[in-house]
Amino acid sequence: MTLKLDQSWQAALDKLKTWARINSPWAIHFNSGSCNGCDIEILATLTPRYDVERLGIKLQGSPRHADVLICTGPVTRQARDRLVRIYEQMPEPKFVIAVGSCALSGGAFRGCYNILGGVDQVIPVDVYVPGCPPRPEAIIDGVVKLLAKLRGADPSDTPVVFDPDSAGEAAILAGEDPVEGPAHAQQEEEAIA
Amino acid sequence: MASEKFVIPIGPQHPALKEPGHFEFNVDGEIVTDASVRLGYVHRGIEKGAETRNFVQAEYLVERICGICSHVHATAFCLGVERLAGVEAPPRAQAIRQIVAELERIHSHLLWVGVAAHEAGFDTLFMYTWRDRETVMNLLEGITGNRVNYSANVLGGVKCDIGPEQAEAIQIGLNFLEERTRHYLEVVSSDAMFLRRTRGIGVMTREDAERMGVVGPTARASGVPRDVRIDAPYLLYAEHPVELVIEEAGDLEARFKVRVRELFESYRVIRELLTALPEGELTARIPRRIKPAETISRVEAPRGELFYFIKSNGTDSAERVKVRTPTLPNMASVLALSVGHQLADVPMILAGIDPCFSCNDRMAVVKRNGDEQVWTWEQLRQYGIEYYR
Repeated sequence: MTLKLDQSWQAALDKLKTWARINSPWAIHFNSGSCNGCDIEILATLTPRYDVERLGIKLQGSPRHADVLICTGPVTRQARDRLVRIYEQMPEPKFVIAVGSCALSGGAFRGCYNILGGVDQVIPVDVYVPGCPPRPEAIIDGVVKLLAKLRGADPSDTPVVFDPDSAGEAAILAGEDPVEGPAHAQQEEEAIA
Repeated sequence: MASEKFVIPIGPQHPALKEPGHFEFNVDGEIVTDASVRLGYVHRGIEKGAETRNFVQAEYLVERICGICSHVHATAFCLGVERLAGVEAPPRAQAIRQIVAELERIHSHLLWVGVAAHEAGFDTLFMYTWRDRETVMNLLEGITGNRVNYSANVLGGVKCDIGPEQAEAIQIGLNFLEERTRHYLEVVSSDAMFLRRTRGIGVMTREDAERMGVVGPTARASGVPRDVRIDAPYLLYAEHPVELVIEEAGDLEARFKVRVRELFESYRVIRELLTALPEGELTARIPRRIKPAETISRVEAPRGELFYFIKSNGTDSAERVKVRTPTLPNMASVLALSVGHQLADVPMILAGIDPCFSCNDRMAVVKRNGDEQVWTWEQLRQYGIEYYR
């Protein structure tokens, strides 16, 4: 179904769509042959120290609800069809982030008989995050770069600017841990019990 | 129609686990009547790959069999190759290997408690354990320079030392973690809502555990005294032993308790090693080429017994590397235990063995051009004749 709108309305609608997409990208994660290292680091980005959910990024179970496909691992012959299927199930527009050296090029497994190579051998990739495994900060940076791209900026020459007023982001930049220390834990002990 | 089976396929991409595995559950209403699994989505051909690389390169490859228990893979491989070469790592290297191995166990068990709690819908516990897990990730990063896939091992020793400041940092970290772990033990053994998801679910009797050959904490939760660190001590486990942590109940609650109580043992052993860290070299020289021989090496991974078979042929690479990871024997128990339970309990039962598909998937059925997956006896026979012609 296509809406016929005049130009100014269409522009406004596009602007609204981009705004919504940038503010809360929903991601789906697929492991196409990874060693688990990148997967646990992706999971770590969701947990309190890095907590990307506060930035509106949500890890999602179903490809039909997702905007961003986060791929880890080299693509194995067994997982190839599934990866393509998941990519095709995602609604347009869709973006792919390849996380880890293996997803970039096959990494340590390059040359093994069951490996097709990086994720870009099978589906188009928008952002590459290198590392074995990349640190959670790097994964977050990859997502931020993607968002900068969506906003229309060239991600390669635009330094990512965090809002310094946001304490959590500043803490991550400074390499501090926003939540750590026994004193903090003790206070929260009652909350969990 | 009533006799027809209702099959629920799950996976390979599914929200419950971060790794691909395909399961099919036959259900009668909510009750699972039959279960089957298809593995192999993360088969990468590592064993074959290890043959084409030399020993030094292969060590980095086997470390990437699994990102959660990478250190034990490298340790098992190094111990095997060192035995083939007739070299023993210096005592200080062995102590550091053991410290990193136990730190890794802490990270793996905390990770597991979180993920398993997440399967039960107890996301609060998931977030808390993962927050505390960052403490041990920091320690591992402090020692080795990487959060995951530490590469602490080299053939003949270790590449990183533990200095006084690091020892101090580890002590502080362990104090914090020990206090938190006491709290987690209380939660998993007394939280009424949580116990309804774990107590009496997925009960595996000792006979079943022995029959199915399960290993690691899954076996110890069913009262099977099985731990390589105690049965066949390697590294410095003979001088600084761990105590066997065992539970008799065999249900999910017991599996939680075993893993959380094992954390205390790890804390104790690390402290003991730090105070009695032997002085000396970090590496021993190891020849590049290794004379033809074969060996096995067994270590206790966080998930259970990890087994390596290594055969050398006089060159600088291995003739054959065979790995058996703990998930493979444990996987059979999931399929058996699921039957008779509600479908909603299946994710918990699956998570209960702490499955690791990336460890597991080193075997695959090769699909030849156009032929089907199910073969008749005649086709199989023909294939055998063709293969060996």
